[in-house]
Amino acid sequence: MDSNNIPRTVPIQSATFSNPINAEIRRAAATGIYDIRGGGAKRRVPHFDDLLFLGASISRYPLEGYREKCETKVTLGTRFAKKPIELDIPITIAGMSFGALSGPAKEALGRGASAAGTSTTTGDGGMTPEERGHSTKLVYQYLPSRYGMNPDDLRKADAIEVVVGQGAKPGGGGMLLGQKISDRVAEMRTLPKGIDQRSACRHPDWTGPDDLEIKILELREITDWQVPIYIKVGGTRPYYDTALAVKAGADVVVLDGMQGGTAATQDVFIEHVGLPTLSCIRPAVQALQDLGVHREVQLIVSGGIRTGADVAKAMALGADAVAIGTAALVALGDNDPKWESEYQKLGTTTGAYDDWHEGLDPAGITTQDPELMKRLDPVDAGRRLRNYLKVMTLEAQTIARACGHNHLHNLEPEDLCALTMEAAAMARVPLAGTDWYPGKAGF
Amino acid sequence: MQTYDLEANGLRGLNSALQELNGSTNKTAWEIVNPKGSHAIAVGLNSPVEVTVKGSTGYYCAGMNQQATVRVEGSVGPGVAENMMSGTVIVDGDASQYAGATGHGGLLVIKGNASSRCGISMKGIDIVVHGNIGHMCAFMAQAGNLVVLGDAGDALGDSCYEARFFVRGSVKSLGADCIEKEMRPEHIEILKDLLARAGADAKPEEFKRYGSARKLYNFDVDNAQAY
Repeated sequence: MDSNNIPRTVPIQSATFSNPINAEIRRAAATGIYDIRGGGAKRRVPHFDDLLFLGASISRYPLEGYREKCETKVTLGTRFAKKPIELDIPITIAGMSFGALSGPAKEALGRGASAAGTSTTTGDGGMTPEERGHSTKLVYQYLPSRYGMNPDDLRKADAIEVVVGQGAKPGGGGMLLGQKISDRVAEMRTLPKGIDQRSACRHPDWTGPDDLEIKILELREITDWQVPIYIKVGGTRPYYDTALAVKAGADVVVLDGMQGGTAATQDVFIEHVGLPTLSCIRPAVQALQDLGVHREVQLIVSGGIRTGADVAKAMALGADAVAIGTAALVALGDNDPKWESEYQKLGTTTGAYDDWHEGLDPAGITTQDPELMKRLDPVDAGRRLRNYLKVMTLEAQTIARACGHNHLHNLEPEDLCALTMEAAAMARVPLAGTDWYPGKAGF
Repeated sequence: MQTYDLEANGLRGLNSALQELNGSTNKTAWEIVNPKGSHAIAVGLNSPVEVTVKGSTGYYCAGMNQQATVRVEGSVGPGVAENMMSGTVIVDGDASQYAGATGHGGLLVIKGNASSRCGISMKGIDIVVHGNIGHMCAFMAQAGNLVVLGDAGDALGDSCYEARFFVRGSVKSLGADCIEKEMRPEHIEILKDLLARAGADAKPEEFKRYGSARKLYNFDVDNAQAY
C-alpha cells in the first residue's frame, strides 16, 4: 500500500516476454549472433511420458518375470544386404562425430555398446581407428559434408547410414566451431586448424529420391551388397519420408524426432523446426504397412529415448529398435553433478550444460582439449554405458512380460493408452479410460 | 585386353570382377562395351588397371576410384569420379552435374564441358576441364585444383576454403568469399604440370587464379549478408 493506504498492483511477469526471453533479447543485442548450443529441444512437447502401458488383465495373461523368456534380439538390414546386423538388444548408439566428441568418448561408446551387444555409429568427420577397434558393430554415416569419407572405411563398416537429416535440425547443416578443430580433427576433415567447419545441409551429388536410389546402388556396388543401407531422416514428414526411403531402396529407416540432440546448432532451429518423436512413429509405421514392408524394412526411432519404458513404448508403436545419443552421453558422465562448480564457472549448472560446441566440457566428453579429455576414462565410461543399456533392456522386458509378450517386438499399440488428448492423437492410442483417440472415426 | 559386355552380363558382375583385381593381376586392361548410360560403372576400384568404357555412362561412373585409370569414350552423367581418392578418370565428352564431387585425390580430366557444381566440396582432387563449366562450381571446395580452359558460370568457388581455381576464359561471377588472387611462380608450376598431364594445349600464363579471401572462415555477424 502507498501512504494513502491504496492497494498497489503486484508486479506481473509477462508470459510472452518472460525473463529467459528477455535475457535472450539482451544477449542477441549485445553479441549480434544467434545462440548456438548442443542437445535437442528443451521445450515440453508430447512425449512417451504421456503414454501408459495397460498391463495384463483377464483378457491377457502376463509372463513370469524371472522364469519366462522375453527375447530382445533384433536383426537390421534383412531386405537386401547379404550380411544383416544382428544385435542382442534393440537399443543402438546414434551417430556422434569424432570432433564433436573426444577420442576417449568415442572409444567409450564403442566399448559400452559392444559389451551390451549392440552397435554404435560414426558421425560427421569420418571413422577413427579407436572407434572401429572398440565397436563390434559399427555403422558408418554417409553425410553431406563427406568429411573423412573414404572407400576403405566404407568397406570396414557393418552398415552404412545415409544421413538426410536429423531431428534437432531437419533441413539444416552443421557447424563445428574453430575452438574444437584440433590438428587431428583438421587433418581428418581436410581443412585448416582453427576455422569454423561448416557441414552442408544437402548432399553434394544427389537431390531427391530418384537420385538417392542411384546413390544407394553405387554404395551397394562398392560394398558388394554386403552391408545394410540405412537412411536417416529428421522428423518432419514421416509418412512420405519413410515411403520415399523405402522406394529408394533402404534396408532400414532411422527416424529422429526433435528431442534428438546435435553437437551444435542454432537454438531457434532446435526449438522451432521439426516434430516431436512421439508424433513421428505411427505415420512412419503406416507408410511401411501401406507398402507391405513393416518389419522387412526396419524402423529405428530416436530422439528423447531415456528409459526402458521409452524403448518399450517406441517398439509398441511399431519401431524395430531405438537409438540413443544424449542419454548415452549422460551415462558416460555428461552433466554429472560432480562438475557443478565448473559448470557454474561457465555460467550454467548441472543438467543445463549444453554449450558442447565450445569445447570446454568439464566432463571431458564434448571437447578436444587434451587436459579435459583425460577426465574421461574410456574403460570406466564404457562400463557405465553398458550398465545403462542393460538396465534399459531389463526395464523394457519387465514391461513386455507384464503385457504378456515373449519378445519386445510383440509389443503393440493395443498395450498402450494416452494421458493427454495430444498424445492420444499423435500416438493413435486411446485416451486413458476410453476407446477413442482424436481422428478416430465413430466419435 | 578383357572385354566385358555390360548389357549382356550385368553391372554386378562387372564391378565384382574389377574390384577383385589386385596389384599382381595380369588383367590390367579392360574394355566395357554397351554401357548404354548405366549407373555406377567401374565404382570402388582399387588397383592400377586401365578401364575403357566404350560409350556414355549414367550416374557415378568411377565413383570412389583408387589407383585405376578409367577412360570414358563418351559423356558421363552426374557425379563422375565422385569422392575419388587416387588414379585418373578421363571423359572424352561432356560431364553432367557434380563432376569430381568431394574427391580427395587423383586427376579428373573432362575433354568437353562440365555442368553445374563441378568440384563441389572437393578435398584434394585435381580437375581439368577443357571446355566450360556451369554455375556453382567448386562450392565449399576444400583442397585441390580446378583448371578450366574455357569459361566459368555463376558463383565460382562460393564459400570455398583452400582449393585453387585456374580459369583461362571469363568468369560470370565469383561466389561468396572467392576472389581473384595473384598468380605466383609456384602456381604456374602447378598449372603447367596439370595441363601436361591432362593433355591440354594451353599456356599457364593465360590463366587467372581464384581462391578464398578467408573472410568467412570464422563467423562474423557483419558478414551475415554474405551467407
